[in-house]
Amino acid sequence: MELNQQWIAFRTILRKEIKRFTRIWVQTLLPPAITMALYFVIFGKLIGSRIGEMDGFSYIQFVAPGLIMMSVLTNSYSNVVSSFFSAKFQRSIEEILVSPTPNYIILLGYCMGGVARGLAVGVLVTLLSLAFTDLHVHSWAVTIAIVVLTSMLFSLAGFINAVYANSFDDISIIPTFVLTPLTYLGGVFYSIHLLPEFWQGVSQLNPILYMVNAFRYGMLGVSDINVVAAFAGLLICLAILFMVGLHLLRVGKRLRA
Amino acid sequence: MTAALSIRNLRKTYDNKFEALKGISLDVAPGDFFAMLGPNGAGKSTTIGIISSLVRKTSGQVEIFGKDIDADFSAAKKFLGVVPQEFNFSMFEKVEDIVLQQAGYYGLPRSQAKAQTEKYLRQLSLWDKRQTPARMLSGGMKRRLMIARALVHEPRLLILDEPTAGVDIELRRSMWDFLREINAAGTTIILTTHYLEEAESLCRNVAIIDHGTIVQNTSVRNLLQQLNKEVFIFDTQAVIEQAPAVQGYQVRRLDEHSFEVEIEKGQSLNQLFDQLSQLGINIISMRNKANRLEELFVSMVSNNKKTEEAKHGA
Repeated sequence: MELNQQWIAFRTILRKEIKRFTRIWVQTLLPPAITMALYFVIFGKLIGSRIGEMDGFSYIQFVAPGLIMMSVLTNSYSNVVSSFFSAKFQRSIEEILVSPTPNYIILLGYCMGGVARGLAVGVLVTLLSLAFTDLHVHSWAVTIAIVVLTSMLFSLAGFINAVYANSFDDISIIPTFVLTPLTYLGGVFYSIHLLPEFWQGVSQLNPILYMVNAFRYGMLGVSDINVVAAFAGLLICLAILFMVGLHLLRVGKRLRA
Repeated sequence: MTAALSIRNLRKTYDNKFEALKGISLDVAPGDFFAMLGPNGAGKSTTIGIISSLVRKTSGQVEIFGKDIDADFSAAKKFLGVVPQEFNFSMFEKVEDIVLQQAGYYGLPRSQAKAQTEKYLRQLSLWDKRQTPARMLSGGMKRRLMIARALVHEPRLLILDEPTAGVDIELRRSMWDFLREINAAGTTIILTTHYLEEAESLCRNVAIIDHGTIVQNTSVRNLLQQLNKEVFIFDTQAVIEQAPAVQGYQVRRLDEHSFEVEIEKGQSLNQLFDQLSQLGINIISMRNKANRLEELFVSMVSNNKKTEEAKHGA
């Protein structure tokens, strides 16, 4: 398949994915907006005003980047896992598998579909947060790079989950039992400096801590971790998950008999 | 001349050790209308699955218009359009989107994709339904949608896995006409079907697959010449009390207005009619008891079953 044809195939998958989540916006865009609005009201205004400053910022300013990142990564993941698993379930994935579309284009197409939803929700939540606080951007480059890379990483993770999933239960296990605890314990609501030394060390094993803090650095200029290390770790994880995704497509894991 | 489809020693053993294909070889000529027949579980869908890359072969070689499906998968896939047995599109997407997307997966530019989507949706009488979600279509419309989707990139080889299953007679006939048209325009067609009348009416060549092997691979005409006998049913104007006593033919009374006659290969129908006239029996209509290909198919598959049983018994 020539390069321009591959580009057309990529755009086709991406367009289909964007159409899918905008068609069902009540399920995909509205719930995270409502949830995050509640977080802003409760943690930002009601409780936040009693907490005082954290790392030199008001509590609502401190949690806003974490909440934005939390909504980006969970929506990127859930977009790909539900879309790809539904395509498997309805067997419409066969439409792409019988075509000459190369595996890496299939993977990139679904992954960027997840990024599109993650960013759409991210923008919505950012706009919502402006109703509660002023947002500063310390570094546009870091902010944009970290949010896109994180979104890609969780889209790829969602893809791998969807490939292995045999039922709709299988696509909710990881978000519920892995993603949610890691996100809540990933420094969204607090600085790990508040924790005892032992738990600070344990927290540093949580990959989401690096993404949330790198994003917070991009917006506020403060971070609990080394931002360069966060980027390096993110890029390595991205490369690994991309290779795993490609391998699964190449061998046709649970896709080809 | 390069074959439209060339299969060599194709084998497939599934993870549960079931050997679905036991080394089949097959050639389909360009422009042919080819039938693949066989009972359920014979290996037809596995063969189609391997050709379309949805099933991984254990060994063997498949070429589509000279392009190997492993070494040159992109070129091979561009030549191929597949209409599967089961509906395999998103039920939530609109008809037009489903076909347009398929064109996109083959790298067709948007303007060309739109033009060809319109062309095939119109040809298959689905243009008025283009904004309808697929789940709202009738069974026949869903089948036509899968044909439009398979044709949108204008493949040179179209494979249809039981395309008229569950389709009413009128629609089946109109689908036959459509398939004849695209075959006449140069598209090679391979179809699997349980309606042997369909294969006899549409196809020039046929392969009968059973237990993962090819039992017969010949022209429909040659196959029909292998028929040793045919059974005809005659309807009479007057009531018959018993089977007419005609010499040289096996006759059996069915009811008071009909009887059946077994005609051996080479026997003349004229002699039969002469004798019936002499007996004063007025025939008002006659027909084949079963489809001719069906008779052959049943006999071949049953012979193959006996051979398989003998093998396993030994």
